[in-house]
Amino acid sequence: MTGTNGGELDARVVAEVGDFRLDVEVAVAASEVLAVLGPNGSGKSTLLAAIAGHHPLTAGAVRIGERVLSRTPTIDTGAIDAGAAEVDLAERSVGLLGQHPLLFPHLTALENVAFGPRAQGMAKREARVAASDWLDRVGLTGLERRLPSALSGGQQQRVALARVLAAQPDVLLLDEPFAALDVQTAAAMRRLVAEQRSTLGIPTLLVTHDPLDAIVLADRAAILHTGRIVQQGPTAEVLGHPRTPFAAALAGVNLLTGVAIARDAVRVAGASGPIALRGTGEALRVGTPASVVFSPASVHARAAASADPSQSADNAWFGAVASLEPARGGVRIVTDEHPDLAIDVPSTAAVALDLSTGSRLAFHVAPADVSVRTHS
Amino acid sequence: MTASSPAGVTARASETRRDDAAAARRFPLWLYLPAAVGAAVLALPLVALLVRLDWTQVPAAVASPAALQALTLSLATAAIATGVCIVLGVPLAMVIARSSKGIAAVLRTLTTLPLVLPPLVGGIALLALLGRNGLFGETLGVLGLRIPFTTAAVVIAQTFVALPFLVITVEGSLRTAGTRYETVAAGLGARRFTVFRRITLPLVAPGLIAGTVLCFARALGEFGATALFAGNSAGITRTMPLAIYTAFNGAGVSEDTAIALSLMLVLVAVAVLVLMRSWREDAPR
Repeated sequence: MTGTNGGELDARVVAEVGDFRLDVEVAVAASEVLAVLGPNGSGKSTLLAAIAGHHPLTAGAVRIGERVLSRTPTIDTGAIDAGAAEVDLAERSVGLLGQHPLLFPHLTALENVAFGPRAQGMAKREARVAASDWLDRVGLTGLERRLPSALSGGQQQRVALARVLAAQPDVLLLDEPFAALDVQTAAAMRRLVAEQRSTLGIPTLLVTHDPLDAIVLADRAAILHTGRIVQQGPTAEVLGHPRTPFAAALAGVNLLTGVAIARDAVRVAGASGPIALRGTGEALRVGTPASVVFSPASVHARAAASADPSQSADNAWFGAVASLEPARGGVRIVTDEHPDLAIDVPSTAAVALDLSTGSRLAFHVAPADVSVRTHS
Repeated sequence: MTASSPAGVTARASETRRDDAAAARRFPLWLYLPAAVGAAVLALPLVALLVRLDWTQVPAAVASPAALQALTLSLATAAIATGVCIVLGVPLAMVIARSSKGIAAVLRTLTTLPLVLPPLVGGIALLALLGRNGLFGETLGVLGLRIPFTTAAVVIAQTFVALPFLVITVEGSLRTAGTRYETVAAGLGARRFTVFRRITLPLVAPGLIAGTVLCFARALGEFGATALFAGNSAGITRTMPLAIYTAFNGAGVSEDTAIALSLMLVLVAVAVLVLMRSWREDAPR
């Protein structure tokens, strides 16, 4: 790795795995973190493998600044020397941290971290000093001489982070780096990566299926669905107002589409009659398609008064419980009337409501918790 | 790789042991009978060797110049053959381990062949290749090189029969180790040779040591191919197995000499196995 000629990561990747075809373009500025969100099989890992040089491009080009890492001859780059190129793994200067730490089992924590600098020609003593410094930065001072087998999973992943950063990559790829850790270790590790990213000054591409990773770490987010990016933008925008039901499910929010009935209200169809939802956001034009987004946890549920269930005010509706599932800190309710709408209630409320399938409930969501916008 | 503390490893090991003990209680009792016969078949001949031995003769037989000469020749040739096997076998194992399925299968079959071939056939094959009228032998003869019936022939015969042991053991280790760590190392900027030296070799070290020991033991005991290809001339090609054979059949030499020499070979073999066991972490209990 050279670690000198950094710059923006610019990747146009077409890659094939069997029948699956990945076709995306991502650009990540130096010091920026782009989160690519998608479920298993959406092509996240293939994207990283292509950038890292583990998977061949069918077509496309991968660049860091002016440096071309991979390029197929078919791509029309407009450049004069647009021939095929493939830089060897050892020369790519791409750091990859995956779900598993993959520490070299026969080397101590210090030797693992010193491996990159040593392989790049740094003197042994100097490399050990640098490695010790990195272990310090990830909070593992005192464990330098431990073998990986004598470290916990979280500690191993910290060593792996130190190892990849010690090699001074020009790009950092993070492939679900917290997925194999327990909740608390993952939180600590996320904090650690967030701390380091600001000092690194290199583009970071994070792929994950956990929106929390994107919220904590990423400036921008892209939603990957069956090999294509379906939405891209600032993290808050992408997760706060997803444009597709798929992206909404990934972000863990409700996305409903309907027709604007006021500057700030949308009428959404339902099996037992429409719901009018008032919220904040873009000014809508009455009569045009519009969408609303709100978190399942922002919905309040109470037992329905048996009287007059058909008539409802703004932001309120009724429903009979169709299914109950565990949710973070409580219970997720789906009703017969609105099967595409999830409502999360805290465990205490669920107990108080004496929930069971078929229970009739009244729901309400505050306008401040609802985001509205024109649907294109 | 799952995170595991040393305590976790120990716990898992003792769990396995408990499971094994439970399984042993479940299997049919009559299995102990053939098992005992099997153990006896393996152990009794060696016991008989010890019982039959006239211990008063041992010091003289073992210390005789002929025996020491044979032992020295055996250890030297087996050591050289083992060295050759490592130099040629490790790269061969790597090629097989990293080849596509089909090529690997062909190479593996070729490698295993000397293992299942009667060593005598190996001797004839080597003569056909390097003998005076052999495939390469004539050319070598023109150059003034004669290989059969020299110490070099002993080494070649031993290499031929011992190489498969090393290749198969190392190849197994390589495949178990996989390529993931090598990819990680390359990604950190390590060139191919650095990856090989600092990652691949250390990861397969246990397999390499086990393979080397097996290889040495096989070379030490080699008889058939050596007898045909190298002959039986004292000091040049008479290794321990050939010395034992000569002593056993020889006129005027008592069988006791052969048995005493055999004992030496058994002791060397046991030493080799003990050495290997101590190197292997997953040694059978």
